[in-house]
Parts: sequence; structure tokens; C-alpha cells
Amino acid sequence: MVQGDHQRVLGNPKFQELVRTRSSFAWTLAAAMLAIYLGFILLVAFARDLMAVKIGDGVTSLGIVLGLVVIVSAFLLTGIYVQRANSRFDDLTRDLTKEIA
Amino acid sequence: MRRRFVLPLTTAAMLGVAGAAAVALAAPAVEGGGKQGLNLAAILMFFAFVAGTLFITYRAAQGSKSAADFYAAGGGITGFQNGLAIAGDYMSAASFLGISGLVFASGFDGLIYSIGFLVGWPIVLFLVAERLRNLGKFTFADVASFRLDQTQIRILSATGTLVVVAFYLIAQMVGAGKLIELLFGLDYGWAVAIVGALMIVYVAFGGMKATTWVQIIKACLLLGGATFMALAVLWNFGFSPEAMFSEAVRIHPRGDAIMAPGGLVADPVSTISLGLALMFGTAGLPHILMRFFTVSDAQAARKSVFYATGFIAFFYILTFIIGFGAITFLMNDPSYYTAPAAGGTVNKITGLLGGTNMAAVHLANAVGGSLFLGFISAVAFATILAVVAGLTLAGASAVSHDLYAEVIARGRASERREVNISKASAVVIGIVAIFLGYVFENQNVAFMVGLAFAVAASCNFPVLLMSTMWKGCTTFGAMVGGFAGLVSAVMMVVFSKAVWVQTFGFKEAWFPYDNPALFSMAIAFFGIWLASKSDASQRARDEVASYDAQYVRSETGIGAASAHIH
Repeated sequence: MVQGDHQRVLGNPKFQELVRTRSSFAWTLAAAMLAIYLGFILLVAFARDLMAVKIGDGVTSLGIVLGLVVIVSAFLLTGIYVQRANSRFDDLTRDLTKEIA
Repeated sequence: MRRRFVLPLTTAAMLGVAGAAAVALAAPAVEGGGKQGLNLAAILMFFAFVAGTLFITYRAAQGSKSAADFYAAGGGITGFQNGLAIAGDYMSAASFLGISGLVFASGFDGLIYSIGFLVGWPIVLFLVAERLRNLGKFTFADVASFRLDQTQIRILSATGTLVVVAFYLIAQMVGAGKLIELLFGLDYGWAVAIVGALMIVYVAFGGMKATTWVQIIKACLLLGGATFMALAVLWNFGFSPEAMFSEAVRIHPRGDAIMAPGGLVADPVSTISLGLALMFGTAGLPHILMRFFTVSDAQAARKSVFYATGFIAFFYILTFIIGFGAITFLMNDPSYYTAPAAGGTVNKITGLLGGTNMAAVHLANAVGGSLFLGFISAVAFATILAVVAGLTLAGASAVSHDLYAEVIARGRASERREVNISKASAVVIGIVAIFLGYVFENQNVAFMVGLAFAVAASCNFPVLLMSTMWKGCTTFGAMVGGFAGLVSAVMMVVFSKAVWVQTFGFKEAWFPYDNPALFSMAIAFFGIWLASKSDASQRARDEVASYDAQYVRSETGIGAASAHIH
């Protein structure tokens, strides 16, 4: 990239839209993951009795169900991000690259 | 030409050594109480794996010419393949045997570890992967030093890399030696030497391409074997987890307590600190970060994290089922336990032959007979090999690409020479690893993986994140914060109970928690911020001014494509 070119990109509305939407999306998902995980850890650390509560008449505890929920949510969150990034964000990047070329 | 002759010779030598050692040690192994008898199926399958991977290494060595081939497999790995390789790096023998053993011993608590290891992946994807791909070439130091001082930042990054690799490698080598001693009846010293020699061959001759394929093959074998075991367990309970849990609760000495958090999380601060180390350490592990340069573009990098997260999540669910399966299959069968002293009773947890870490291996025998036991043993060995090869490559790259090429030769090294230095480093790292594995045989190394994650989370990750996301980050700030995080993490571990009291034998631990990450991460981020803010030099102003160009490239990849055409 030629020196100074980045100033042109920085001012480009497409670039600003890309960066704004993507970074807010990424940070939101990261915060969601952190909240889910820390929520689980805090329950493990401070609410053991709640985690030991049984589901229905069986022996399966709430803790095990919540643990599986955390595992599945980690997978789903990455899926959501990749889906959005590989379509919308990549389209925006392509348009931007064409525009400034 | 020379390389073509060396490799088959080395292959023959390796197979000879391994074969002779296995035969020579078969006899004492039968007498030795802790060791298992010789499992012929395991040894044959392991040789098949070694022969296959050495063939791949041979092919990779023929095709590898450039630095891009050596460090990044020429960028020719697909997103799906890289996802498998990343998952493979993560599914170490320690996590397969260790976590299933933990579930076997204490049920629910095993899940806490698996979850901590898994949730780092979304963070890697959201905050690190794309910027890394857009800014870097071969190592994460490329990214951290993009607009900062090459020499200083590369020294910092290489130090962080080598410290993480060293702790991780020692833990793996000692675990490998113990495991192989147990599984194959091979002497500890031989086991460590064979693992070290094979990893040197993979890395020095095959570079990233061979290392990646070894990892992919092993990931498939491990996922296949673990899936079979979990299905066999569930089939036995009519595919009802509830039936499996209630049987486990009935049999386990701790009864219903295995379904809830137990003694493992006695201290909330340590729990949270460990959680942070696992979550953010993943985003600072050098051998994992390197994998993002093996794919062709940012899109493939993203996909590889998605696949990796899926495989790892699936794998941890399997280990959870395997752990519970081991409770139901093994605890009522005295043949899996050491005979109690006359008049005593069997301890259903610690009395397991070879310790709780062998739960998955014994379960393999229980559900699939000795042939499947052999398969799982061979896979466990293969897993160790693949993981240590990845670590060695990361360490060798830090020496050659960061320390040699940029710091010593100041960017004037020829590509050929850099690759040769990397190969030589791989040999040296391998020999050092064999030596350290031997020295640490009887030490408690369980804390070392935790320490590797803590250092990665407190040095590599903060520097990487702040240099790419915060405009105000300067070289001085990164150096102060990075080294403060590194030193404080190591010091806090040294002064913790696991090392200060249990290894050094002092009476009282100065640092009251088990894991330092909560504090050392805070120190690192605060250090970077404070030192950057207080840096009023001209260089600092230039570095802040050059953030915009880096920002554009890190967000869009514009300018990156031409920088590393593979």
C-alpha cells in the first residue's frame, strides 16, 4: 500500500461502516461469551446447592445441564460470527477494496 | 539431495530403536507391578502410525523449499483441515486421559475444566484471528511488532513463546514418558527419548506441513476412538444419559456428590483466576496462533476456528461420557484395581491400576477388548507426538524467524539460512526437551500446563491485543506490561502452594491462590497502559501515528495479500 493511502480508506464511509458494525458485533459476542462463562463459574463457586438441584425425578443435576448449555453456546456463538463475517462483512470488504483500487 | 538420504536412514534407525527397546523391555514389564503387559496390537498400530506419518514427513520434506512452506505449509491448508489440526493441538493426551480421569474421580468437576478450555475459542475468533491473519506472516510476533520496534518486541514475543513452549513441553514429555511406560511397558527414559527423536524428525524435516498432517490424522483417530467408546457406553444404557448418571451415582463412593461442584473449586478466587487463564491463554498460545497462517485467507481462518470449536466441544462431551462410563464399567470390576492389602478394601478411585488417568484406557478394554485397548493406547501415544511436534515448531520459529532473522541478522538473513536455523533450533529444542523430561521425571508437573496458559494469558495475549486494538500502545508500554505480566505470572506460581510448599518444601505459600492469571493479567494490561501513557519520546509519537495504516490493514487485509503470497 502506498504511503498515505490509508487516509483515503479511513475516510471512506464503507470502511467506517465495516469497522463499526463488525467491531460492535464482535465485542457483543465476546461479552456474551464472557458473561455466560463467568456466570457459570460464579454459580460453581458460590451457588453449589443450586447447581446440585435435580432435573425432574432423575439424578441429572442443573449443573450438568448448564455446563452443556455453555459448551453448546460457545459453538453457536462462533457459528453466528462466522456466518455473518463470511457473508456481510466480506461483501463490505470486497466492495471497499474495489472502490479504492 | 542430501535430505532424501538422511530421512529413510533416520526412519530405519528410529524404528530399530523403538522395536529393540520394546522387545528388550517386554520381560521386565511383566514383572513390574505398575506397568502393563506388552500389548502387541498397540505396538503394531503405533508402528503403523509412525510409518505413515514418517512417509508424510518424507513427502513434505521433498516439497518444502521456502520459508512459507516451512512455517506455514505454504498457506495451502483448507479451513476444515486447519480446524481439525487446531482441535488436534488442543486434544492432547493430557486432556483426553486427564479430563476423563477427573470425571471418573469426581464427576461434575471434570466439566469445569473442559468448559474453560473450550470458551477461549470464541474469544480467539472474535478478537484475534482476523487481525492476526491480516497483519502477520508466520508468528504472532509479526503482528505485535507491526508498527512497534522490531528488535524489542520480537525479543519479548520470543521470550513469551519460549517460556510457554518450555512449560507446556515439559508437562507433555513427563506425561508422555509415564503414559508410555504404563501402556507399552517401555522404560521411562526410552519413552521420552523416542518421543523427542520422532518430534525432531517431524519438525526438522517436514516443517509445518508434516506437523499439520500428523495432527490431522491423529485428531481423526482420537475423535473416532472416543466416539466409539462413548457410543458403546451409551448403548449399554439404551442411549439414556439419565440411566448412565443414576447407575454412576449408585456405584461411585461419593454417591450423589459427583453430580454437583465438589472439592476442586474450594476457593472462588482460584476458580475465577483459572477460568481467565484458560479462556485468554488460548488466545496467546504460540503454537495455536501459528496455525492461522497456514490457511489462504481470513475467511478460511474464521472457518477453521468454527470447525475447531465444534470438534473440541464434541470431544469434551465425549470425554465426559467416557468418564461416567468408566465409573459404571470399572468400579465394580476388581480386575482393574490393585489388590488391597490383606483385610483392606479397594479404594474405588485411587486404587485404579495406573491411577485415575488410566480410566479411559481401561474403559477401552472393557468395551472393546484388547484390540481396542491397543488402538486407544496407540492413539494416546500418537496424540503426544503430534502435540509436542506442534510445540517444537512454534519454539523453533520463535528462534529463527523472530530472534535470528529480525534481531540478530536485522532482517538481512537469507530465507534459506533462516529455515536452516529453524531446523537446527528444532533439533536443539528436541534434545533439551528430552533432557528436561528426564530430569523432571519424579517432579510434580501438573501445574505446568496451567502455568503455560497463565503466561500466555498474561504476556502474549495482552501485548497482541493492545498493539492491534489500542492506538496509544507503544513499544515501551508493551515491553513493560508484557515482561511484568510474564514475570509476575511465573513468580506467583513459584510462590504458590503447588511449587513453594509441595516442590520446595517450604512451610507456607506466599501466594495464596492456585492460579495467577487474575492478578498477572491485570498487571500486564495496567503496565502496558501506564508505560505507554508515560512515554513521551519521539518514537512513541511515531508509533501512535502509524496506527492508522496498521488499523486499515488489520480490519480489511488491504495490503496484506501482496505481503505474503504463498
